[in-house]
Amino acid sequence: MLLGIIDPDEGLRRTLGHERPHEIAHRIGYLPEERGLYPSMKAFEAIAFLGHLRGVPLKEGRKRARAMLAEYGLDYAAERQIRQLSKGMAQTVQLLGTLIHEPELVVLDEPFSGLDALNQGKLEGMIRALAARGTTVIFSTHVIAHAERLCERIAIIAGGKVPFTGLVSEARDRLPQQVRVELARDDGPWRNALPDDARQDGRFWHFNLPPGGVEPLLRALIEGEAGILSLSIERPGLHDAFVAIAGEAAARALADEKEAIK
Amino acid sequence: MTRTLRAAWVIARRDFVAVTFSKTFVFFLLGPLFIILVSGLAGGIGAQVRQGMDRPQLGVALPTDEIAPLVAAHKAMQDQLAGPVPDLVVLASLAPGERFDARAALGENRPRLAAVLGGSLAAPRLTGTTERVGQWQGMVATLSAAAREGVDTPAAVPITEIVASSAAKVERGRLATAQAGQTVLFLLTMLLAGMVLSNLVEEKGNKIIEVLAAAIPLDALFLGKLFAMLAVSLVGIAVWFGVGGAVVLAGGSALPVLPVPAVGWPLFLTLGLVYFAMAYLLLGSLFLSIGSMAATVREVQTMSMPVTMLQLLVFFFASYTVAQPGSTMELLAVAVPFSSPFAMLARAAQSAALWPHLAALLWQAVCVMAIIRIGSTVFRRSVMKSGPSRGKTQKRRWFKRATPVIDTRAGLAG
Repeated sequence: MLLGIIDPDEGLRRTLGHERPHEIAHRIGYLPEERGLYPSMKAFEAIAFLGHLRGVPLKEGRKRARAMLAEYGLDYAAERQIRQLSKGMAQTVQLLGTLIHEPELVVLDEPFSGLDALNQGKLEGMIRALAARGTTVIFSTHVIAHAERLCERIAIIAGGKVPFTGLVSEARDRLPQQVRVELARDDGPWRNALPDDARQDGRFWHFNLPPGGVEPLLRALIEGEAGILSLSIERPGLHDAFVAIAGEAAARALADEKEAIK
Repeated sequence: MTRTLRAAWVIARRDFVAVTFSKTFVFFLLGPLFIILVSGLAGGIGAQVRQGMDRPQLGVALPTDEIAPLVAAHKAMQDQLAGPVPDLVVLASLAPGERFDARAALGENRPRLAAVLGGSLAAPRLTGTTERVGQWQGMVATLSAAAREGVDTPAAVPITEIVASSAAKVERGRLATAQAGQTVLFLLTMLLAGMVLSNLVEEKGNKIIEVLAAAIPLDALFLGKLFAMLAVSLVGIAVWFGVGGAVVLAGGSALPVLPVPAVGWPLFLTLGLVYFAMAYLLLGSLFLSIGSMAATVREVQTMSMPVTMLQLLVFFFASYTVAQPGSTMELLAVAVPFSSPFAMLARAAQSAALWPHLAALLWQAVCVMAIIRIGSTVFRRSVMKSGPSRGKTQKRRWFKRATPVIDTRAGLAG
């Protein structure tokens, strides 16, 4: 809907201030999740075609396409047909086609799916370069680590709703900090000092940072001779924030998907 | 509008190049050429065979002195009698009082012998099947009378006045031209418009459709695809007619010469081309819309038969009304967009008025645009929302997008 593929049933849609995204197609770039290229086209032609669709003259597009391919070390593949390229190469070709008209807004749908670690790293680099140039990049992902590493702002979508939109740090701050303490002894009067939500996992105890801070608790543990072996206070990661925000159901879906990927 | 046209041009250009520069296009061009060559050969052979085979014979068994006058009369009159005149074959030259068994002669192994003329010139007796006797008795009577009176006798109509043409001849001739024009138009659209059916399958099969739909209006996509296929068809037609024309020139005037249509040949051919384009765009836009609903090639194949039937129906409707210009049915055929090009081409053959063509072309163009608009809207509502192959998953995904997530006016950096 953001791109104008479908229209809103009701309400208003505005992209870069325009109600009809097709009118500003030359300012938007879009990379679909699956490869969307004509298999019989040559790589540079495919890039030029995508640019042509968004207003770059064909001749200029071909020139830019060759230059971009060269820039990304793919100039040897310029004359190859899309069907002869590996998935990572085709994905790069499509991404170059998405960027050929130098859009202000780039929408990437699951750009990392199906890429090996090397290509994922390359893609991350490209996204960072875009952002550094001042391009707005929106991408969807199921891998929280990508969002955490790359994004300034995130929107969490669960069950057709958007329970959270904002800065990554805001999402993480939604959860209290996590305390993890390792104790030598199993039992003792110090146990009463632990918060109610403390969970035991072997020698480790996990709980949210109490409102009064960790010091009263530490004092009780020392006085009770619990034998503190280690202590850490961590800010929750985006993953934990996502799990908390999207709810258990979404988390389960994520776990299932991870299983499937494995 | 210019944006749509520009985008349509991008699509059309891509499709045209992709089709015409493919290896399969050679086969596409060759297919009908085989038909032209084969039908040319078959026509030549068939004509020769028919010449030798088909002319029936009239057996003659008359008194000896009457045979020569009959043969002379036959020779003199065979080009003046209406209908095909049979060859004469003398079966028996009878002496006075001799009898001849005509029935037995017909039963013998003479494949071309259709009837036997016996008796005498004064009292001819024609033996044959009911149909033959019915067909030939007038001719035999005329021939016998002419033979009796001697060939030198002037013909029954002594004074002839030659007119270049008659209203009946022109009318009949133009009808033939109209029908021929319609048939050619129909054959071409049937051969070519079906290709449009499968035109969106490739884009739907992978995610190209998403890229296209994100960049350009779907109207432009439909329009571009339609005009690309029209251009491909016109290339095909140019090649086929070029080769066909060369074959005709090389083989002399073997083809029947059609009477000049009412608007004249140059304009008739131009209108033929324009109406072909319109028929193609009208049927093509419908087929493209229907075909866009198909997810797989198999579904397209299943749909192609009913679609061909639809074309036949349109053709029958238009050709049914061709003989009755101005009738309600003919006006209906002109008004119904799909049959309109066929009916109007027939009109061009039969009537010299030009303004109806302008009006009809305008109407047909409006219909093409309307069908494209409806087709692309239905396509967007049904196919783009649910996705071609992923069904409900895709629907959920799009639904997620539908939630207003972020207003990009302010940018995302935060």
